[in-house]
Amino acid sequence: MKKLINAVEDVVREQLEGMALAHPDLLKVHFDPNFVYRADAPVKGKVALVSGGGSGHEPMHGGFVGMGMLDAACPGEVFTSPTPDQMYEAAKTVNSGEGVLFIVKNYTGDVLNFETAAELAHADGIAVQSILIDDDVAVKDSLYTAGRRGVGTTVLAEKIVGGAAEAGYSLKQCADLCRKVNQYGRSMGMALTSCTVPAAGKPTFELGEDEMEIGIGIHGEPGRTRMKLKTADEITEILALGIIEDGPYTRTVREWDNEKGEWVDVELTDEPFKPGDQVIAFVNSMGGTPVSELYAVYRKLAQICEAKGLTIVRNLIGPYITSLEMQGCSITLLKTDEEILRFWDAPVKTPGLRWGI
Amino acid sequence: MVVTKPQIVRWLEKVAAVLDENKEYLTQLDSAIGDADHGINMSRGFGKVMEKLPGVADKDIGNILKTTGMTLISSVGGASGPLYGTFFMRSGMAMAAKEELSDQDLYQLLKAGVDGIVQRGRAQPGDKTMYDAWLPALEAMKNKLEDGADLLAALKTAVAAAEQGMKNTIPMQAKKGRASYLGERSIGHQDPGATSSYLILNALLETLQEQ
Repeated sequence: MKKLINAVEDVVREQLEGMALAHPDLLKVHFDPNFVYRADAPVKGKVALVSGGGSGHEPMHGGFVGMGMLDAACPGEVFTSPTPDQMYEAAKTVNSGEGVLFIVKNYTGDVLNFETAAELAHADGIAVQSILIDDDVAVKDSLYTAGRRGVGTTVLAEKIVGGAAEAGYSLKQCADLCRKVNQYGRSMGMALTSCTVPAAGKPTFELGEDEMEIGIGIHGEPGRTRMKLKTADEITEILALGIIEDGPYTRTVREWDNEKGEWVDVELTDEPFKPGDQVIAFVNSMGGTPVSELYAVYRKLAQICEAKGLTIVRNLIGPYITSLEMQGCSITLLKTDEEILRFWDAPVKTPGLRWGI
Repeated sequence: MVVTKPQIVRWLEKVAAVLDENKEYLTQLDSAIGDADHGINMSRGFGKVMEKLPGVADKDIGNILKTTGMTLISSVGGASGPLYGTFFMRSGMAMAAKEELSDQDLYQLLKAGVDGIVQRGRAQPGDKTMYDAWLPALEAMKNKLEDGADLLAALKTAVAAAEQGMKNTIPMQAKKGRASYLGERSIGHQDPGATSSYLILNALLETLQEQ
């Protein structure tokens, strides 16, 4: 294992200490329990957005803390979900009285820990809503698995709902918008190489020199298929068509009923893309793939979208939701409407995303 | 028989020791179908419980169990943190203010904990989870107690049923958690959560067998 680390057990803490030193104007870091939060929190009159997950996906989530995006982010150990005391303390710190929205990626550990935190925060009198991101089309069925994983759409949801919260949306409006963004977004990723979790010391999975994994998860979860390496155009086509030709997706998610103080099952169905849709196209690096290759992917993606009748109205290209040093990429397409586009374009000032100011 | 507070404390100490001894084993099971951290996380969590126990050892049994649950919730992470955390939180609530436990109390302690696991994790029997060890264990214990068996005999049957339930997870295809993404590739591996659950229940039996 070749990494820029001092000691395995200090990886997360030292990264957080570095972030605090680098961005004092934007954020602060609280230790024990660990969370990153806006320097000016709590922001008066604004709903607070809290997300989190295992470390190793930077800049997500800590790099998205700041004006126009997250109020707090809770980092776990590398690829390990954070614990409820982190989300609970973060929620207390950033809540201005307008309530807290948890944005949760659909991984069993993240879901169970955020659910516990929502109950703790509710018991403390904090208004909480919790929305799940589950956009990874590589997972085909929801009946026999833990359901689709939360990947690229998470970044877009944090930006868009962050803009809405800044504009004065209520907690319920933020939750409704976040649910909509999740339902409008679909992603698929692939890996050229594995990654190495520092604590494990060896690659998460083995992949031959001439092989790639299609449909990889951001923690190296197995995808749909393993196949011989193909060209950038062929790989882009596999991912893009996997997303564009994906049919309706129905599953039951659990949402927190803030009035009754209990979990309710909600059945959601996402509709497929159709010709005429306007989309945000997001081409993401898994960490080890250079931006030059991402542009090659975007080139082909733009051609495919045009052929399929989808109009790309905005794009995002770069490493935003990574898997340590894994080589590979993911594509996310998000159907947009006037509301989504307005908050996508709204000003944002975080370490990871910054525009409009 | 009457289960005393020192015995409950001793059980938790034994769980910490057993999970530490089996740290590598549980992690190895988890590396086959999960993310290779179950043993490490559980051992770390119960290590924290050991630090907290002296501070609450003079409180009632419910309080001791609840403290155990809260500690696990805030130190284990992953899916097993909230699941085992909820187990001990709920068992603690069910045993509120108790200084000692009857046979029926001990069954209710386990039952409340397992109900908490099911509510939190939404597992069904056969999903290849810890519930596949707990469900047969609870049923066996309940039947034995209803037949008039003493607590140790009932618990022995429960442990045997948990062990069998744990082994029964091997041919199952996982439908919950990270292992579910493997689909059929999850078949042929014993579930790490069912294994740690068996170890926890077995530690209870061993504690009560000590004189």
